[in-house]
Amino acid sequence: MEWETVIGLEIHAQLSTNSKIFSGAATAYGAAPNTQACAIDLGLPGVLPVLNREAVRMAVMFGLAIEAGVARRSVFARKNYFYPDLPKGYQISQYELPVVQRGQISIDLEDGDSKVIGITRAHLEEDAGKSLHEDFHGLSGIDLNRAGTPLLEIVSEPDLRSSREAVAYMKKLHTLVRYLGICDGNMQEGSFRCDANVSVRPKGQAAFGTRAEIKNLNSFRFVERAIEFEVQRQIELLEDGGTVVQETRLYDPDKGETRAMRSKEEANDYRYFPDPDLLPLVLDEAFIESARTALPELPDARKQRFIDQYGLGAYDAGVLTASRELADYYEALVEALGGEPKLAANWVMGDLAAALNKAGLEIAQSPVGADRLAGLLERIQDRTISGKIAKEVFEALWNGEGEADAIIARRGLRQITDTTAIEQAIDAVLRANPEQLAQYRAGKDKLLGFFVGQVMKLTQGKANPQQLNDLLAKKLKA
Amino acid sequence: MSLGSAEVAKIAHLARLAIGAADIASYARNLSSILELVAQMNAVDTTGVEPLAHPLEMAQRLRPDEVSESDRRERFQAIAPSVEAGLYLVPQVIE
Repeated sequence: MEWETVIGLEIHAQLSTNSKIFSGAATAYGAAPNTQACAIDLGLPGVLPVLNREAVRMAVMFGLAIEAGVARRSVFARKNYFYPDLPKGYQISQYELPVVQRGQISIDLEDGDSKVIGITRAHLEEDAGKSLHEDFHGLSGIDLNRAGTPLLEIVSEPDLRSSREAVAYMKKLHTLVRYLGICDGNMQEGSFRCDANVSVRPKGQAAFGTRAEIKNLNSFRFVERAIEFEVQRQIELLEDGGTVVQETRLYDPDKGETRAMRSKEEANDYRYFPDPDLLPLVLDEAFIESARTALPELPDARKQRFIDQYGLGAYDAGVLTASRELADYYEALVEALGGEPKLAANWVMGDLAAALNKAGLEIAQSPVGADRLAGLLERIQDRTISGKIAKEVFEALWNGEGEADAIIARRGLRQITDTTAIEQAIDAVLRANPEQLAQYRAGKDKLLGFFVGQVMKLTQGKANPQQLNDLLAKKLKA
Repeated sequence: MSLGSAEVAKIAHLARLAIGAADIASYARNLSSILELVAQMNAVDTTGVEPLAHPLEMAQRLRPDEVSESDRRERFQAIAPSVEAGLYLVPQVIE
């Protein structure tokens, strides 16, 4: 039987506020345990949560960016469950009236098409603390620094049809929240994580199959692998005559499998009700308009502009706008260079990207700034150095040896464009290799490359390649 | 709507309340009468009435995004049953 996969994702994006969603405690990552957990975060008696304006503004910005309705009135609710890292015994979340209503986002598929994925809702809620299960003589250690950190939970429609689509969607949202500056997107630190609802159904069937929810996937690779494993598990189960049980499952990255986590009876019995400690959140037009004014150019728009303005292909434009920092770097480079958008694109996506990747650095940490790189590309452009020599200069730039011009001068890398000098080098090579010359003239055309190589060797790679080719062709014909 | 003893046991478990088997019947009776009151209210025609999320006719106040709390871990942990290395220690729960 042919099966169809149906996936919906719930993504938790930690909002980049300075303080918590309902308290004035700091949200900085990596502080000593419980030093950023105040009385409100601890759920001590008599405290009252007060909502962080910035968290609301960020949620509204997200809503506007996905063309969603922004609720003029939304309500906070208590989601009740017991776990030691949830001190109050409930999580403050939004249930029936979330702040961000239905929206959508377009993802790029591998075949070049795009697909619109519906976003059901996005709501504000508080994060829980962290439990450490190891090494406390059979007890668990609880760190409540994270408790009360603002989260935006983004719930998709069950519109995704493969693990690849799920990853493309997640990456798209990851790019978007970082463009908006509302989430740092750091997946290792848990700032951007995802639960996946996965089911399968016979192809052509309208009704959904029973779904399993895979919790806490914190990398794109895990999302892809966990979904693939889960789909295979469900198909095998169904083909063997079994039934899928609705349950929460956990992905084990070491074993590459999912396993059941909570029993069905307890799952989803959260007994939500409106939180009496919080009044309805009412947003006026001025608040929403100020969030709209703060929106940056969004990734899709910027990609299109790169195509139109710089004449880049869709793929290149997509790579260069994948993060706001990378797109900013590229535009700074083109501006410093006064044009040459394709040369700039090739270097940013080629040598620079490779060097960053090798060093494990982000573009913002690049030791070669856009101005310095522009200095190098200018010398390629005016033919002071060849593309090949430029790689050597780039390496020196990377190692902090100063400006491109200084490196070129110090190392004597200036390209030889003097015709007489190149001709002399060619003559010397031809004289030194009479045998190869005879073979070439007898019809062994492949030896052209040999002569080019020898001249380059003699000139330490500095002969202008175009001139060398032209002059060599003339000499060989003579 | 009236509750059976299994439902009472489930509600108690969700709320992590230990109740004696002998008390289940009276809990079931009392909770059922609360639900009957709710049922009476449910019977009222509320067409066109906006749901009430809060009895106060006010909107939530927002606070500026400023860190206003300092570290008071020592004081909070002084009243905790068990702490170590800055962590609160609790009976282990592993899923």
